[in-house]
Amino acid sequence: MSAGPAHVRVEIRSDPKYLSGVREMVGAVARRLGFDQLASSQVALAVDEALANVICHGYERRLDGSIWVSIWPEEGEPGGIRIVIEDEARQVDCGEIKGRDLEDVRPGGLGVHIIKHAMDDVVYEKRDCCGMRLTMVKRLGGAGAADQGGPDGG
Amino acid sequence: MADESGVRVSTERRGNATVVKPSGEIDISGSPVLREALRGAAAGGAPVVVVDLAGVSYMDSSGLATLVEAMKNANSRKARLVLCNMAERVRAVFEIAHLDRYFRIASSLEEALGG
Repeated sequence: MSAGPAHVRVEIRSDPKYLSGVREMVGAVARRLGFDQLASSQVALAVDEALANVICHGYERRLDGSIWVSIWPEEGEPGGIRIVIEDEARQVDCGEIKGRDLEDVRPGGLGVHIIKHAMDDVVYEKRDCCGMRLTMVKRLGGAGAADQGGPDGG
Repeated sequence: MADESGVRVSTERRGNATVVKPSGEIDISGSPVLREALRGAAAGGAPVVVVDLAGVSYMDSSGLATLVEAMKNANSRKARLVLCNMAERVRAVFEIAHLDRYFRIASSLEEALGG
């Protein structure tokens, strides 16, 4: 659970041109929370992939949807970052959210795999009102959900 | 060519190869610019297409998808597609997706043209 109001919270429109700015912001916050350059870039990549999925699949490339990105420092040891992405887009069965088999080389289907590789915990859920919520945690020194054999993002 | 994504792509002919040079951050905003350039190179019939990534500072899965599409297109017309000058940060994304084994990746443009 996230304790208290987010330390950082931004709302963006579902327009791809804003992804670059969000990446820079997230990467900078991750560095401030103790991640090195590579880990910070992985956190930013995971957020980029998550937002791209919301824009392309949730809002089906509509440019006027709302997306909220909230960030907390992860409490306790070893510390880390907790990021929650919420939208008002189409709800999907969480069990359907999974990456493709990496041996099946074809365009697409890599975003969820990249998210799970970059982050330690990845949980998708339907919001009560509408849309989806994705909660991602990366701990300082963590290896990533994919490397730990974690469940599919569902 | 360039659009509001800030991605620019230049294309030049080097012998029998077409060299496609994107620059900027390849995400879902910028990947259509790269896709158009790669489709143009394929339509020109070049037997070798080299994608020089020296100017690419960031790539997400949409960029990977664009390059996979170009590779499949090259394979179908018996052409060769080679990537080169990949930054560490970009290479890391290929490795996460296990695509570093699928593409021919050269360390320099000269190597890509010679291989």
